[in-house]
Amino acid sequence: MFVSASPVYLDAAAAAPLHPVARQALLAALDDGWADPGKLYTQARRARQLLDAAREAAAQTLDVRADELSFTPSGTTAAHAAVLGGVTGRRRVGTALVHSAIEHSAVLHAAERHVAAGGTAVPVPVDRSGRLDLAAWSAAVAAPGVAFAALIGASHEVGTVQPVPAAAAACADAGVPLYVDAAQLIARVPLPAGWSVLTASAHKWGGPPGVGLLVVRKGTRWESPFPTDERESGRTPGVVNLPAVVAAAASLRAAAADAAAEATRLAPLVDRIRVRVAAEVPDVEVVGDPVDRLPHLVTFSCLYVDGEALLHALDRRGFAVSSGSSCTSSTLRPSHVLEAMGVLSHGNVRVSLHRETTEADVERFLAELPGVVADLRAQAGVTGL
Amino acid sequence: MSEPDEVLDCRGQRCPLPVIALARRLPELPVGAVLRVLADDPAAAVDIPAWCRMRNQQFVTAHPDAPAYDIRRTT
Repeated sequence: MFVSASPVYLDAAAAAPLHPVARQALLAALDDGWADPGKLYTQARRARQLLDAAREAAAQTLDVRADELSFTPSGTTAAHAAVLGGVTGRRRVGTALVHSAIEHSAVLHAAERHVAAGGTAVPVPVDRSGRLDLAAWSAAVAAPGVAFAALIGASHEVGTVQPVPAAAAACADAGVPLYVDAAQLIARVPLPAGWSVLTASAHKWGGPPGVGLLVVRKGTRWESPFPTDERESGRTPGVVNLPAVVAAAASLRAAAADAAAEATRLAPLVDRIRVRVAAEVPDVEVVGDPVDRLPHLVTFSCLYVDGEALLHALDRRGFAVSSGSSCTSSTLRPSHVLEAMGVLSHGNVRVSLHRETTEADVERFLAELPGVVADLRAQAGVTGL
Repeated sequence: MSEPDEVLDCRGQRCPLPVIALARRLPELPVGAVLRVLADDPAAAVDIPAWCRMRNQQFVTAHPDAPAYDIRRTT
């Protein structure tokens, strides 16, 4: 019988383990920041101070003004608000939303809502490496009637970094505001310039779940798509989860301070996975751009292997990874990102590293993966096909 | 649509089964033959062309309404 070693968590792109700074801040704020920051008594003033300090810290980390940044109940809410607020704010200019074909599902769901309400959505293709087709993007945003454009900063599924500065220049030429989904960029790589709206999600950088960031630059014609109250500059309604927000802001600052060193440490491990998987697992397609990519995320697809079976086999050996294969999704459809790239979608594995990932973790994964894949192929009778 | 040399019915099968069936059958056909794979799993639309690229076989066309995919053995 196989005796499993300590678990190796390799799905930071879904949720990174809680940063110790986040845990510390969360516990302190549970004691100190439970009151409604909108009220006028002593406890509320203390809560307000914590909220203001969190906002100031997050804004400084992202190099934006504090009044441009709102905390939302999740990254998904922030993405919905970004897209729907962007098209609402410019509805007199036009009704078209331009977006890449590889946006996060939260952006695509918001786009569906926009279309259901009578708008149009224009998806822009990517190449086989998952990079935006810039010529098609430039033509799409320059067309008449474009209200808003959305581009993921780097693919959350395959890691390819998108040409945001060039895409932003095309938007600027056309006078179209650009929204960048920075969920996989923040506290990993420097933020690109040229965007008008930006979102992120705290649990991707080691903050607690249930906190998103929505940044709307001054002068952007953005209008909240939600019923509006006085919270968060009217950008997202309801009292924020203040302890979680405090923890998110504290861990953002800590993770961003370590980002360059962590990228230097993790990028060679990602390169090692790319090279070794391609060399040691037969009939595998390592996807995403080999160079222009996130430092912590790598994706590959194993021919003839059932993605769900592969995830379970890896889980039994203690490895937590993600997959874009159709059998692992509730809709039984393959990942729209892999589909847009035209790469193999079954037997797909996404590995994403974080601050607790060690070289030994990666080595153990690389040592065990070829045998896991070979066993599954032998069981399915597809060896040698 | 022009008639294929053989039809492989993989309807109702989940990926990767249609691709596995294709990989088993195509090498048994003569070079130049066209195999039509009927497959209603949405992943087949992605994975059959990807398999052709990885295996240097020719993806002739997709018939989205069927749904069916024509593959020519080239090597």
